[in-house]
Amino acid sequence: MEGHSTYQPKGKVAQWFESRLPIVGLIHSSAIAYPVPKNLNYMWTFGAILSFMLVCQIVSGVVLAMHYVAYAPVSFARVEHIMRDVNYGWLIRYIHANGASMFFIAVYIHIFRGMYYGSYKAPREVLWILGVIIYLLMMATAFMGYVLPWGQMSFWGATVITNLFSAIPWVGNTIVQWLWGGYSVGDPTLNRFFSLHYLLPFMIAGVVGLHIWALHHVGQNNPDGVDIKSVAKDTVPFTPYATIKDTFAMVVFLIFFSWFIFYIPNYLGHSDNYIPANPLSTPAHIVPEWYFLPFYAILRSIPDKLGGVLAMFAAIAVLAFLPWLDTSKVRSAKYRPLFRQFFWVFAVVAVLLGYMGSQPAEGGALIVSRILTAYYFIHFLVILPLLGLFERPKPVPASIADAVLAKSKGGAVVVAGAAGPETK
Amino acid sequence: MRRDDNTIGDCAVAHTETSDTTTRRDFLYIATGAVGAVGAAAMAWPFISQLQPDASVLALSTTEVDLSPIAEGQIVTVQWRGKPIFISHRTPAEIKSAVDTPLSDLKDPQPDSARVKAGKDQWLVVIGICTHLGCVPLGHQGQYNGWFCPCHGSVYDTSGRIRQGPAPLNLELPPYAFTTDTKIVIG
Repeated sequence: MEGHSTYQPKGKVAQWFESRLPIVGLIHSSAIAYPVPKNLNYMWTFGAILSFMLVCQIVSGVVLAMHYVAYAPVSFARVEHIMRDVNYGWLIRYIHANGASMFFIAVYIHIFRGMYYGSYKAPREVLWILGVIIYLLMMATAFMGYVLPWGQMSFWGATVITNLFSAIPWVGNTIVQWLWGGYSVGDPTLNRFFSLHYLLPFMIAGVVGLHIWALHHVGQNNPDGVDIKSVAKDTVPFTPYATIKDTFAMVVFLIFFSWFIFYIPNYLGHSDNYIPANPLSTPAHIVPEWYFLPFYAILRSIPDKLGGVLAMFAAIAVLAFLPWLDTSKVRSAKYRPLFRQFFWVFAVVAVLLGYMGSQPAEGGALIVSRILTAYYFIHFLVILPLLGLFERPKPVPASIADAVLAKSKGGAVVVAGAAGPETK
Repeated sequence: MRRDDNTIGDCAVAHTETSDTTTRRDFLYIATGAVGAVGAAAMAWPFISQLQPDASVLALSTTEVDLSPIAEGQIVTVQWRGKPIFISHRTPAEIKSAVDTPLSDLKDPQPDSARVKAGKDQWLVVIGICTHLGCVPLGHQGQYNGWFCPCHGSVYDTSGRIRQGPAPLNLELPPYAFTTDTKIVIG
């Protein structure tokens, strides 16, 4: 969505600079004058929260790398050195470790928001796929970061995840040895993971740049899922409206984040990772970090090595095809009564899959996991395509302005977060 | 201050619609900004402080040296806080040449007695870093048989005082004390 930036450099120097590198104008058109749909709710603040979390992880991570050493015999001790010796090392490490979880909490809310409001539909397919790529890169980064403290969960997590590739027929073992740089997870593995853990966040930052570019080109979706018809009637300028609202949401999110850092810093981690890596003994019950649990449950629910691995990767890959699997022309679940119910069923299934991933894979839990896994794929591959054909959507408002005015006539709960000036 | 904003909150600003008076909104802006600035500064501090020497470095800030194996005429180099420390067991001739040097000959005038512990003038303990640009000088070299810096040619005498070359100051003295007749603790 072109912002009709009104930016005119004032001074002579600013004009001279702008005619050579129009960066101030770019910032002005994308973060100040950029038109924001006036009906956005607080679900739309998670993009800004995620950008903040990326910066937070890079800054705290660069600092940790100043004190960390990727060398198998000392890495565990170096992390304790950070915790005990380095000034505020405990704080910076807890920011980084819990920051990863916060990043995933925010990204899951962001993804589910996109699913609920149909943000993946034309013309936002590329925007959505870039998001799926960011999510994949985040998972790779988080996984490799978790290996670096070189505790028991680090070591055995790395062993299990790299062994996924041994399921590939014929070349599996060769690939796994290539990933390890040896015959088992060891010092070469740790070193390359550290290098890649440092690299990938900058690749994420690059794809985030494309994601925002694509977003600003097609314009934001909104809770009513209707296109912007008139910039004057349907939108407000990004600054101050979105800037202040995003900042407020970020502060609330930071309070939540701080509660973890200062009160329950190890709640989301696993205590076994405070035992140094031992290649000769696997912990009794190994689980990945919470944000991987649904996929872990899918992996374990298939009673076949290659099948489990394929199902797990397919569970992520299917997201990229969402724009074409959902056949409905109506974007927002607000106007899709049946989809709305199926959406919530899916959300509950995803959370239950996560719970199942944390339980030992045996008996009843395994059967429940299999049913949930089947439903996960049925939702994408059967329900979504058919819903678009059979569902009868409610009438969609003609414009964002109409939707907002209808709402403000309707009842007392008007001003909420997305209050535009017309509600005065 | 944007006038139209004032009407959104409508609580306390009804009486004033002019932009040149102080409103409740102005106060809230400044108060919020101030809290934000304090918060940002508080958050920046750990990220600055983490660059300072950590507890494991501070734990290495003293070094104990046994002097008994050091023969007369020998210079031994030990490490303290990562820096070389020269411990010179001076011969009577070296002490004499250091004591007899008139202060007027010195670029950074300091008597030899100010550079050793009283009654222990055979022991000279100096930081082995040239005061010019930080190289480590070579012992028993140079015109005064003290130290000679190979980088830019500064010459020090047997008391570690600068005599020739670009260095501005005498070799620095580390803080140290004798715990017994043959033992010192540096730092």
